[in-house]
Amino acid sequence: MTDLSASEAKTVEPGMGDYFALLKPRVMQLVVFTALVALLVAPVPVHPVIAAISILCIAVGAGASGALNMWWDADIDAKMRRTAKRPIPAGKVAPGEALGIGLALSGFSIVMLGLAANWVSAGILAFTIFFYAVVYSMWLKRSTPQNIVIGGAAGAFPPLLGWAVATGGFSIESWLMFALIFMWTPPHFWALALFVRTDYGDAGVPMLTETHGRRVTRNHVLGYTIALVPVALALGFTSIGGPFYLALSVLLNIRFLRGAIAIWRRDETVAEADNYATEKSVFRQSLYYLFLHFGALLVEASLAPFGLGGW
Amino acid sequence: MTIRVEHELHERRRSRNTGVGLILVGFVGIVFALTVVKVLNLGDIRQMERFDHVARPQLEPAAIEAATGAAPAGEEGTP
Repeated sequence: MTDLSASEAKTVEPGMGDYFALLKPRVMQLVVFTALVALLVAPVPVHPVIAAISILCIAVGAGASGALNMWWDADIDAKMRRTAKRPIPAGKVAPGEALGIGLALSGFSIVMLGLAANWVSAGILAFTIFFYAVVYSMWLKRSTPQNIVIGGAAGAFPPLLGWAVATGGFSIESWLMFALIFMWTPPHFWALALFVRTDYGDAGVPMLTETHGRRVTRNHVLGYTIALVPVALALGFTSIGGPFYLALSVLLNIRFLRGAIAIWRRDETVAEADNYATEKSVFRQSLYYLFLHFGALLVEASLAPFGLGGW
Repeated sequence: MTIRVEHELHERRRSRNTGVGLILVGFVGIVFALTVVKVLNLGDIRQMERFDHVARPQLEPAAIEAATGAAPAGEEGTP
């Protein structure tokens, strides 16, 4: 009996919550929100049941790529404080199990999306999972300090997915929504990287703050924010934009740009003196920035039946 | 020496089994809902009957119209 209890203590017995944590539920929120907005603002109406199943498939597909990412990155996750409690480094889920769950859920979500909506959206979902798990996680994350830009592309696919579920294709509107998230990710993440003491260096992941220094990171925040502005405003002139979106976008962009300029002007001494107050404020702003842009698109679409939304 | 029937391990396994069970039931529900929606949105079922690996000219709109004396689209019970 003693032997039995000893072997029991070593057995990995994950609960349902540990498996759920593999799917990165917090990342899933942004995926679901942006995909749902794109689906709802698209010009082709979708049956509510088809829409709900499609969004579920997109969420599960995103979760599957998260599980594959955790399987591949288990070695570096164990070395960083922020990620050390993830199910694999914490010893709650075996790596092989995470790989199995990731692959199985990928297959299920892609096939179900194809059957529920169309095979164009299923193809985009397959590419998104491949891009995040292989191109980003396996290839570029550990080899370039521009990894955030590449990772941003993976996070920008959901609006393309939502739009393709409704229309079965691509359009200037869906590409601009993609570009909005793509250009937004670097200033959002690098603002965070400036005030959070990360241990990416210990894990061997090249981060811009550590490979090129904080001065270069500040320049990059400003550069990407300047590039983001025309993308955000251009979306306002498309069929899914309108006066409300454009007015809100102008305000949000002025505010975000002012924040990025403030970050660019500061140096480490000033930033440390006020405990990175500007960097923290710009990071918070960036969260509202994306949420409100997509929210405004939804407002435009919901005003349209009353003859108010759009151009 | 008593054998403990319930162990913390069993509790975790139960949570996992219940979870997997619910997911499977949910999956069946999704497939069923999808089937119902897809079938209800097929449109005119005669469009599919018209060619069932063998051409069935009696189901062509002109043949239906000639047989019943009315347009085929709004009719029920046509062959």
